[in-house]
Amino acid sequence: MPLDGNAIGGLLHEVFGTEMTDAVATCGTCGASGRVAETVVYLRVPGTVVRCRSCSAMLMVISQIRGTSCVDLRGLAALDPRGDG
Amino acid sequence: MSSPVSRGFRRRHRPSGGQEGRVPPGQYVTEGFPVLSAGPTPHTPLPEWTFSIRQAGNTLRSWTWPEFQALPAENITVDIHCVTRWSKLDTGWRGVPVEALLTQVEQKAPYVMAFCDGGYTTNLPAKDVTGGQAWVAFDYNSQPLPAEHGGPARLLVPHLYFWKSAKWVRGLELMDHDEPGFWETYGYHMYGDPWREQRYAGD
Amino acid sequence: MAGTAIRGRLSSRPRPWQVATVTSVIRETGSVVTIELEAPGWPGHRAGQHLDIRLTAEDGYTAERSYSLASANGEPVAITVERLDDGEVSPYLTEELRAGDELELRGPIGNWFVWNTPDGGPLMLVAGGSGIVPLRAILRHRQRSGSDVPVRLLYSSRTLDDVIYRAELERYRNDGAQITYTLTRTRPPGWSGYSGRVDAAMLAQTAWPAGQHPLAYVCGPTRFVETVADKLVGLGYPSERVRTERFGGVLWCRWMGTRSAACCTRCSERR
Repeated sequence: MPLDGNAIGGLLHEVFGTEMTDAVATCGTCGASGRVAETVVYLRVPGTVVRCRSCSAMLMVISQIRGTSCVDLRGLAALDPRGDG
Repeated sequence: MSSPVSRGFRRRHRPSGGQEGRVPPGQYVTEGFPVLSAGPTPHTPLPEWTFSIRQAGNTLRSWTWPEFQALPAENITVDIHCVTRWSKLDTGWRGVPVEALLTQVEQKAPYVMAFCDGGYTTNLPAKDVTGGQAWVAFDYNSQPLPAEHGGPARLLVPHLYFWKSAKWVRGLELMDHDEPGFWETYGYHMYGDPWREQRYAGD
Repeated sequence: MAGTAIRGRLSSRPRPWQVATVTSVIRETGSVVTIELEAPGWPGHRAGQHLDIRLTAEDGYTAERSYSLASANGEPVAITVERLDDGEVSPYLTEELRAGDELELRGPIGNWFVWNTPDGGPLMLVAGGSGIVPLRAILRHRQRSGSDVPVRLLYSSRTLDDVIYRAELERYRNDGAQITYTLTRTRPPGWSGYSGRVDAAMLAQTAWPAGQHPLAYVCGPTRFVETVADKLVGLGYPSERVRTERFGGVLWCRWMGTRSAACCTRCSERR
């Protein structure tokens, strides 16, 4: 079963340089907004896939290979970090 | 800055006792059957299910579930190897050889892209899905393949890493050139031979 | 993402990996330990946050996992780990690791599944199995900060022996917190508490009424969290006042007799 965006908090912090679990993610497919912490996360499959909780569309694909992270934000219409991290 | 070694920590054990020759480098043997999916389990009703061979946007040939079930199928027992490092030995399947499907179309191509419910894709050389190396499998352990493991039918290509054995497969697209499928696009190896440990591009 | 804007200031305040030293390993239950760590320069943390652990084998192989912080700010950094029989990291942490060992950690992480005292309450905490860990951090922080926010805990566990932090939870009960257990697998003789999985009826009886504007934190295996969160919303909790954290579910494999993270096609029981 999948987890949620809390599970990739460390990874996203590494990629974005700031805390992202409370960032607001807007789905490019259905327009729903929600916190990254509430997204549906499939870990180690073999990479990481983040999906919209409303419509299941892919929001992000993250692949960590040989110490390099590849982050594809293909499915997001917006990603809005809040607060001061 | 190098990481300190964690005293006493080791990766999951390599096999011992006669299994060495069967387990590729860096793998461990599991008794369970891990479920790894990049998305929710699709549930295509069988009356709507088809398997198609396509090329350049055209469907060359398509089988409904009853037509597919009428094709000659075989029982096979194979070892499977996942890039996440687990291997499972002596898994039993029943499926239609991919060759039996590809020979039903005139067109030939050097590469195929498997496409699936949910949008997953993976690329393979045509010669790796023929010659008794690949099946479209619909039974596992003498039972209908469970949805969480790719049922009603999945691709089964045991000589390559298991991400190539695409779950919920709905067909093959014939390609003139090798193109990366889903995980290949994100850095996983285009071919994926577990015996040469081809996990990532450049391996 | 075409036309996407990433708004907001992306400040560069990385949380790099740092070496930490194990100061103690405390057995909580047969399959669960709490590991206390000395992490130089630890910036402090909030209740509900977690850290990532990285282990490195002699051949350079590394494995990373995330664990909720079990302690409150001001206490030593601590995590509580449950052993999965087919796990790669948890058997090492729960059975091999000892005081003096080093490992790498990164954190604290998380800014949504957190409770700060100004967030108030009344607090509704719902735990499934090892989901109790971050909720215990919330309970500790509430106590340490002198907060008098009313709190209720509903904790689902397989058996009474699997209840983590039981003595501590009883102390909170003596201090006025409402602590309710439900045991899903076996009960001790004379058990008068709840049995079976958390359902709508049990939540209706144990959860703060929506009219009191409670703040809920639900943690445990994914299926547990989704069932409970749905039911709380069904009881009138606004969805933004139901914070959730999903752990990988532990499956009890009837066929293999093990606690496993993997699905076995022969077993059907899930926690």
